[in-house]
Formats: sequence, C-alpha cells, structure tokens
Amino acid sequence: MNEILVALGGLLIIATIVWWFWLSIPRAVRGAINRVIEIRVEGGVYQPAAIEIPAGKPLTLRFLRIDVTPCAEKVVFSDLAISADLLLNRPHEITLPALQPGIHEFTCQMGMYRGKLIAK
Amino acid sequence: MKKPEPNSQTIEINGLRCAGCASTVEKALRAVPGITEANVNFAQHTATVKGSVSTKALIAAVVGAGYQASEIVDEGEDNNKKETAELTHYRQLLHKSWFALAVAVPALAFGFPAMLGGDMPYLLMQWGSPVLAVLTLAVMLYSGPQFFVGSWNALRNHAATMDTLIALGMAAAWGYSMTVTIAPQLFPAGTAEPFWDVIAVVIGLVVLGQALEMRARGRTSEAVKRLIGLKPKTARVIRDGSEIDVPLAEVRLDDTLRVRPGEKIAVDGTVIDGHSSVDESMLTGEPMPAEKLIGSEVTGGTLNKTGTFLYRATRVGKDTALSRIVQMVRQAQGAKPSIGRLADKVAAYFVPTVLIIAVITFVIWFDFGPEPYLNHAMVAAVTVLVIACPCALGLATPMSVMVGVGKAAEYGILIRNGDALQQAGQLTTIIVDKTGTVTLGKPTVTALIPASGWDEVALLKMAASLETGSEHPLAEAIIDAAKSRSLAPAKAENFQAVAGHGVRGEVERKIVLFGNHKLMQDNGIDCTTLLARAEELAKNAATPMFLAADGQPVGIIAVADPIKPDSKAAIARLHSMGIKVAMLTGDNTATAKAVAFQVGIDEVFAEVLPADKDKKIMELVMRGEKVGMVGDGINDAIALTRADVGFAIGTGTDVAIESADIALMSGSLAGVPNAIAISRATVRNIKQNLFGAFIYNILGIPIAAGLLYPFFGLLLNPMIAGAAMAMSSVTVVSNAGRLRWFKP
Repeated sequence: MNEILVALGGLLIIATIVWWFWLSIPRAVRGAINRVIEIRVEGGVYQPAAIEIPAGKPLTLRFLRIDVTPCAEKVVFSDLAISADLLLNRPHEITLPALQPGIHEFTCQMGMYRGKLIAK
Repeated sequence: MKKPEPNSQTIEINGLRCAGCASTVEKALRAVPGITEANVNFAQHTATVKGSVSTKALIAAVVGAGYQASEIVDEGEDNNKKETAELTHYRQLLHKSWFALAVAVPALAFGFPAMLGGDMPYLLMQWGSPVLAVLTLAVMLYSGPQFFVGSWNALRNHAATMDTLIALGMAAAWGYSMTVTIAPQLFPAGTAEPFWDVIAVVIGLVVLGQALEMRARGRTSEAVKRLIGLKPKTARVIRDGSEIDVPLAEVRLDDTLRVRPGEKIAVDGTVIDGHSSVDESMLTGEPMPAEKLIGSEVTGGTLNKTGTFLYRATRVGKDTALSRIVQMVRQAQGAKPSIGRLADKVAAYFVPTVLIIAVITFVIWFDFGPEPYLNHAMVAAVTVLVIACPCALGLATPMSVMVGVGKAAEYGILIRNGDALQQAGQLTTIIVDKTGTVTLGKPTVTALIPASGWDEVALLKMAASLETGSEHPLAEAIIDAAKSRSLAPAKAENFQAVAGHGVRGEVERKIVLFGNHKLMQDNGIDCTTLLARAEELAKNAATPMFLAADGQPVGIIAVADPIKPDSKAAIARLHSMGIKVAMLTGDNTATAKAVAFQVGIDEVFAEVLPADKDKKIMELVMRGEKVGMVGDGINDAIALTRADVGFAIGTGTDVAIESADIALMSGSLAGVPNAIAISRATVRNIKQNLFGAFIYNILGIPIAAGLLYPFFGLLLNPMIAGAAMAMSSVTVVSNAGRLRWFKP
C-alpha cells in the first residue's frame, strides 16, 4: 500500500514540476512605450523576470544589481548579441532595438538568472 | 598650480533628446538652492554645476524635471568598489563555510561513533541529536540562507537554479533527520539514522566552493581591470592661463592639456605644441614607442616617454578610444560562441530534470530497494540533488570566453563577438589586402641610382626641386627623402605635368624631366645604361622613375611601398598553422606578384576593383573555404563583412574597430596568427570545460541515484557528492584560468 502511495505521490510531484517549470508561464509585468523598465537583480533572480513589451519599438531597461554574487555581474541578451556589466548598486541602462514579436530571453553568464521579454 | 575647484561637480544625465531638454535640465539645476552655475553638455550628456550642493540633491532636481541622472561613473573607482565588495563577500562566504564545517566535526562524530573510539556515552546518545538539530538549523540559517532565498525567488518566477537543488536537498535531509529524532518509532528498528553530518558538510563544502570559485572568477576578468587601470585619475588642464589638476571626468572637449615625461595621457587629442615619443603598447601591443609631433593624434591611457607637450582634447569621457575598447572587450566577454549554446539550452531544462530524477530515485528505492529502504531512498534522492552541478555547465563557456577575449586584448586584438572568436580558429584561407596590410601603405624612396657623372645628392635634390609643386603621391616620398637628408630643394620654374608619364620643368636653368621610361623615350633620351637596373627594381615591387637634365640621364629614383618588417614572418606562421594565404589588391599584377613573392603569399588576385573584392571572397567561400579577410576596414568594408571573419588592421587606436569582427590595433599582420592561435586555444578550453561538465553530470547523477548499488553494493554518500559538486565548478573556472598563461 505504502509503495503505491509513494509512487502516486512521486508522479504527482513530477507532474507539478513539469507544469510549474515548463508549461505554465509566469505572470508578466507590462512595460509601456517611452518608459524605462526597472529590473532589480536581487536574491538570485531578476525582478520582474517576465516583462510584456510592445514589439517593434526600441525600449530601455534599467538594471539595478543588489546581488553581490559574481554570477549576477553580467546580463546577456544572447539572441540580440548584447551584454553588459552590472555594477553593484548602480543603475545600468540598456537600450534595446525594436524587437520582433516573440520571447527574448536575458540571462546571467551562466544562465542561472533568467528573465524574458515577451514582445507582442 | 591651482587646485581643482572644490565646489564644482559633474553628473551624468540620461534621457536628453534635444537641446531643449538640456535647457530644461539646466533650469532645474539652477533652481536648486546653493547652485551658482549650471551647464548641461548635450553632446556628452553631462551637467557641470558650481555650488555647495550634494550630488543627491542634484540628481533629485534632474529627476524632478523628468530626466534621469547619476554620478559620473569612474570606472577605476567602480572597479575598486567592486573588488572591495567581492572581497567582503568572499570573506563572508569563508566565515559561513568555516562555521558549517565546524558544526560538521561533532555531527560526523555523532554519525560515526567509531570516531569517538567506540561506544557513545549515554548523555550524548540522548541529547546529541536534538543539539545537532539546533546546530544544523543554525548552519542553514547562517551559512546557507542564500540557497533558500534564491530558490524561493526562483520558484516564484517558475525557474529552478542550483540554489533550488541545494535548498531542497538540505531541507529534505533536515526534515528527515528531525522526524527520525522526534519519532524514531515510525522507522524499523536500527534504521532511524539522522543526516546531521550531511547538512553541515554539504553546506560547508558548497559554500567553500563558491568562495574559491569567486576568487578564480576574479582572475578571469583581469584584462578589463588592466585596461581600466590605464586611465589616470586626474589631468592637467590649462584654463584661464593656469594649469590645474582636474578629475578625469571634468576634462571637456577642446580643453588644452599638458603632459610631462613619464605621465599618462589623460584623454584622446591632437598635439598642438612640443613633441615626444609615446608608449602605446598597452593598447596596441606594438612595442616600439610612437613619435608624436604637432598634429599627431594621442590616445588616453598611453604613456608619455621623453618630452613635454600640449594637446587639445578631441575625445573625452565615454568617447575616448580606451573607453570604447573597454566597452568592446566587456561586450565581447559576454558573447557566446555557438559552441556554448548547447549548454545554454541544456541549462534551461537541467534543474527541473534533476528534480524529476531525484523523485524517481526516491520512489524506486522506496518501492524496490532493500532495507532500510526509506533511509536508502532518502540518501539517494538527496545525493542526486546535491551532486548535480548546473554551475559547471553554465560556467564552461563564459569563463573561457572572458579569459580568451581578455588575452586577445593584451595583444592589441579586439574580438567583437563570440562567433568570430570561435570561427577564427577554423579559417582555412586568409586573404590579405596589399597596401597598408602587407605593406606600410606609405611610398618611400628605396633606391637612388645615379648615372655616370652624377651623385645621389644631385639626383635627389633635382627631383625634389621639381616635385615640390606636384601633388602626386610619389612626390611626397621624394620630398620626404630630401628632407631626411637635409637637402633644400631649388626653385622650379615652368612646372608641367605630363599626364600618365611624369613631370617636366626648369631647375637651376636646366630643363629637367622626371617620370617613366616612356617619358624619356618620347623626349629622345637614351637610358640604355640604366634599363637593366630599372627592370630589376620593378621585379622587386618598386616603381623606377627616370630623371634627365638637358637631354642627359641623371639617374633613377625607385619608390616603393615597403613591406612591413613582420609581414613575412606572420605569413610563415599562418602557413605553419595549415592556412593558405592569398592577396587581393587593385594594384597591377607585376607589383602584386613581386610583393607576394617576397613575403611568401600562395595566390594573388591583382587588379581587382574595390567593388569586386567581395565577389572574389564569395568565390572562395563557394569552394568550401573558411575565409578570413584582412584589410584596413575602410576600403574593404564590404569584403570584410562578406568573409567568415573580417580582420580590420590599423596603426594604433585609429583602426576602424567597429568595421570588422576582429580589430588588430598593432598595425601588424602578426595579429592575425595571434588571433587565430588565441581562438583555437579558447575553443579547446571551452571544449574541455563542456566535456568535463557534461561527463561529470552524466556520470555523477546516475551514480548518486544508486546505479552502482545492484552491482557493487555502493551507494554514494551525499557528503562526497557535495564535495564533488563544489569542486566541479572550481575546476571549470580554474581550467579557464589556465588560458591566462597562454602565449600565442
């Protein structure tokens, strides 16, 4: 009996992992045109980590790195070939070109801090 | 000398769109009580104010006007702050690690009574576990809260990181151990074993690994630190007739600056008085000091050697060559060559996959494992969580790129993107432009051959006298040669250009002709005695020019664009790397072939129009060659973009660094084999790192899950897994660090 319960529990946990990490989409913060979007780098994450932006318009992101972990010191927009060094406690603005509709990820160098721009 | 004005400060303004914005900001700043003067520089996006006001108040005033402002970024100071913050963090990590490892000693003794020499005292048996529960809780709260905070933050963002794995593993181990301590009756007799030692050892080792990794990482960005360190803190500016030392950020365009022997040049500019030699090797990799005269360009960050001079600032702040180089190196260090993109894709799925494997491991051990199955299931699941190392995968590429790009910068090679870094090592053919790439690009007199009865001085003086009025590029070479021998040209009269053939005129009452052999033939001058030498010179890529006075030959002056001293050696190195070298030039075939022969070039494409250069490259690409094109970045712009890797070559920092994938600042072709060697070494390093990281995880995770148990009865201890995990990322970073010692 215990074996069946554990197996079922395991399946449930696996389903939850798959749903939470791969299938469900985090709630995105909406970024307006002509407004600088603030992103804090703190506690191992980008906050907000998902930002909905209008496609086809350039936009400026202002990163503020509070996190002292060295992993956080670079932010990389791989598909745009843009990267920047984020100095501690100093805002750093990155102006991105007009983006095609779709999801554009930004990460730390190791790909552990992850954020996405959802261009619509 | 005046001291800097104490009440003047400059801040950076963001969001200025037009001159109107600048005046709005000025107005807002002038309205701040205590401000006596405020000037916004729209071009530089800065505001300089005078008055006793805090920077905070200035920033608030600018923000209040609808713009953004920040303190001027002094990269040197920022770098110091960064290093201080990192050192503090490193020490904190060490303290955290020592605390956890200190708790690990009694925890290990409790877990392995044999360490205490046999039977455990009764008191220790009764109270050991509750005390360790409190101590390990303290370890989690003091040494490892970052894992829990990070994993919670990531979880809320639907993400999972290394923090998630450690936090889950440790929480599970602590919860299980607590249950064993509080309710041992729930477990079969003899199987209720807590894991206090695992918690303390794993957190201690993982945090120690993070500290060591941090130290090793710091060394990977030494190249940028070195470049930033080239900037002096202050500059000596001449204002209102006095010399004052001002912070670098306050140097303005068109300021006049003085540099003394042994001092660093503060910003980019043009020499307006005095002369000196300047060591530019720190930027260009070129060891020979450059002579600077009035009108010469100087670059901020380079070192003045002997003389004193004044110069006018032409580029300041973020626009200086050094700032642009720092920016470019940083940008390139963040780039990912395509070889690393697989790891990126894996990283996105890695941690959730490990979580799933841990769950499956637990279920299999629980349902099918031998007694004590719950204990085994717990050990195996925790070990899977602890051994998996996404960091090693994530670090594999960027750490090597950081060091490789930095190493290239040390040699005056600026690599602009990750793909260029990777592809440079795969090139099979290098195409070089002739003028300015293989040769110096500056025609020079290479031989003076007087006819019988004449001497070199008379020959050169007569030619220089006639050419003084000419605008032909070869004329400059002749006038320079005369100047270098301190020959004063005589006055030439009735100067006349003979289209396509040369010039004629009167010098010291003699009718003088100067030009090609055709000019001599047309005027019936017999140059038979000089013809053999002329042909020999032409074969050696020089242009022979005949001089005749009053119908008699005076001699030949050979002008050639000299080959750069190290071109031949660079081409030999390319050959030794298995790379073919071709020359692509608009010059005539004879000259091109002569130059190619002298330096050992394999193939020559001569008389190619600039517009057709890219077609030639496409032909080679279609043949399946991986083509690198080396040119000056101005005349070859399209060809450079058409090649798999474009190299822009220039002298000093004037090289058009934005025009190609790789910019060579030394002006030497030697930069090409250097760049290729660095590329190959970096890609090799990335492959080693990726191989190590993948193999580690591919082998480590199944072993942790207990794959070896059915065959050898071996179940990995989570503490060993923790040590392996900590060392895996340290190993990757250290391996990348080896590249620092690489010599191309």
